[in-house]
Amino acid sequence: MARPFENRVFDPAETLPPGELRALQGRRLADLASRATRVPFYRAAFEKAGVRPEAVRSADDVRRLPFTTKADLRENYPLGLVAVPRAEIARIHGSSGTTGRPTFVAYTRADLDLWSGLCARFLVAGGLRPGHLCHVAFGYGLFTGGFGLHQGIERVGAGIVPAAGGNTPRQVMLLRDLEADVLVCTPSYALHIAEVARAEGMGARALGLSLGHFGGEPWTEEMRAEIEEELGILAFNNYGLSEVVGPGVSGECALRTGMHVAEDHFLVECLDPETLEPVPDGTVGELVFTSLTKEAMPVVRYRTRDLASLDRSPCPCGRSGARMGRVVGRSDDMLIIRGVNVFPSQVEEALLRVEGTAPHYLIEVDRPGTLDDVVVKVEIRPRDFQDEMRQMVDLRDRIDHEIHSITGIRMKVELVAPNTLARSEGKAQRVRDHRKEKT
Amino acid sequence: MKLQQLSLFLENRPGQIKLPCQALGKAGIDILTLSLADTQQFGILRLIVQDPEKAKKVLESAGCVVKVNEVLAVEVQDRPGGLGEVLEAFDQSSLSIEYMYALAAGQRGKTAILVFRLEDPDAAAKKLQGRGVRILSREEVLARVAA
Repeated sequence: MARPFENRVFDPAETLPPGELRALQGRRLADLASRATRVPFYRAAFEKAGVRPEAVRSADDVRRLPFTTKADLRENYPLGLVAVPRAEIARIHGSSGTTGRPTFVAYTRADLDLWSGLCARFLVAGGLRPGHLCHVAFGYGLFTGGFGLHQGIERVGAGIVPAAGGNTPRQVMLLRDLEADVLVCTPSYALHIAEVARAEGMGARALGLSLGHFGGEPWTEEMRAEIEEELGILAFNNYGLSEVVGPGVSGECALRTGMHVAEDHFLVECLDPETLEPVPDGTVGELVFTSLTKEAMPVVRYRTRDLASLDRSPCPCGRSGARMGRVVGRSDDMLIIRGVNVFPSQVEEALLRVEGTAPHYLIEVDRPGTLDDVVVKVEIRPRDFQDEMRQMVDLRDRIDHEIHSITGIRMKVELVAPNTLARSEGKAQRVRDHRKEKT
Repeated sequence: MKLQQLSLFLENRPGQIKLPCQALGKAGIDILTLSLADTQQFGILRLIVQDPEKAKKVLESAGCVVKVNEVLAVEVQDRPGGLGEVLEAFDQSSLSIEYMYALAAGQRGKTAILVFRLEDPDAAAKKLQGRGVRILSREEVLARVAA
């Protein structure tokens, strides 16, 4: 059962006075500039931007630094952006996005220590205490969700059931029999667990959970209300991405008025995605992070493509880190489906592989229950049409297979008649996300 | 010897069969017979029409995806065992049938016409004729439909 809890701060650095925090950021940014430019990519980028590393002295200087994008990570595949000798790498993780090949991120021992501490911060801010038992239903593997949260929970001193992903009836059994207090997973999976528990005849509240820490995908306040009602818990939102560190970049305190960014380790900017100029507080823009302390793979002005707003007004909880609002969208057309990043270009690639040239298509995403559902409608062209049923079914199955092998996601492929998919202003509409219409 | 068959891709939603049939009707093209293959999500409509070339143009301008295939019109005795005899000839000739359907023509009790889709219609026709199977030309089919 959900219970209110006292505000507790895991790391005193979370409450640094704003002036001290800004000064610390400046010192750390100067250090970062000299460390990052050991990497040929950053050295070239700094040169191109006309910035000498030693000229970086204050936090404000971040605005003179060059941007880094996902494409840069891909171009420097697999570990071209690593700034330490190979022997110092303690761990490698991969982004959840599966765009052909993954992008990797590396950690030193100190980075892993930093990371677990950052996860511990938001877990404690959101009510986790020693003595709790946490059920972690994130995938353990290259994905940062499982190990990141696991280490954070250990750091707090709470217990763990490392259930990992999949097999929901078994998850329900574990939750019921081991009596975990805290559920850690994606918000949509929390609802799915609740659904399965209900279908098995026991109310999801009977699982006896009191707290939930959810992240890995964008969600809404409506979903939070539903999760809390279904499971009888307090649900907290956290945010992170592997390129920056993984989960732990930001998370909510008990007041739940935005996620406190760990600003002593990440400089956050909120920029207009078109002009790349800062937007005022409270205005939605693209979040850009600069890692200040990470050793193995520092990032300089990493463009997340995540759209959210920042709130720098003081929070009664005492934490000084800016609060970021919920991620309301992406500055590019990336889709997050069941927690996995999917690009329309991947679907196009699949069609290309099967048919030589990509026909007109439309990706329709919906969340009819609690899990994302994707339908890809593909217009049949005369050259693709075969008179025999098995050839047509085979065509559909091959598209199905290619989409799955490229994106890692199962999508329902539907063959449709030509010119039936909407076109607007000459530019084809590739995605219709019904989830957004509902939120 | 061979008949031209038009195949159309259809989405499985209301009104999909009506559209091509009405387009043909407006153009004054008679449908001699049709067959529908379906899956849960889409279907293939196969048509034998009076004037396949004109029909293809009409259907394409109506927005349909059309494929033209060659099929064989085979005469079958309209009595018990009639079809079995013809199929025996297919077997003897080692011909595998992709699909088949009936052509709504001919007088009951005398002969019926079945449409067969085979991999190599020319070679198949030769083999079948060698075994005494009667294959109808386009003109013969049209004449029987008219009768």
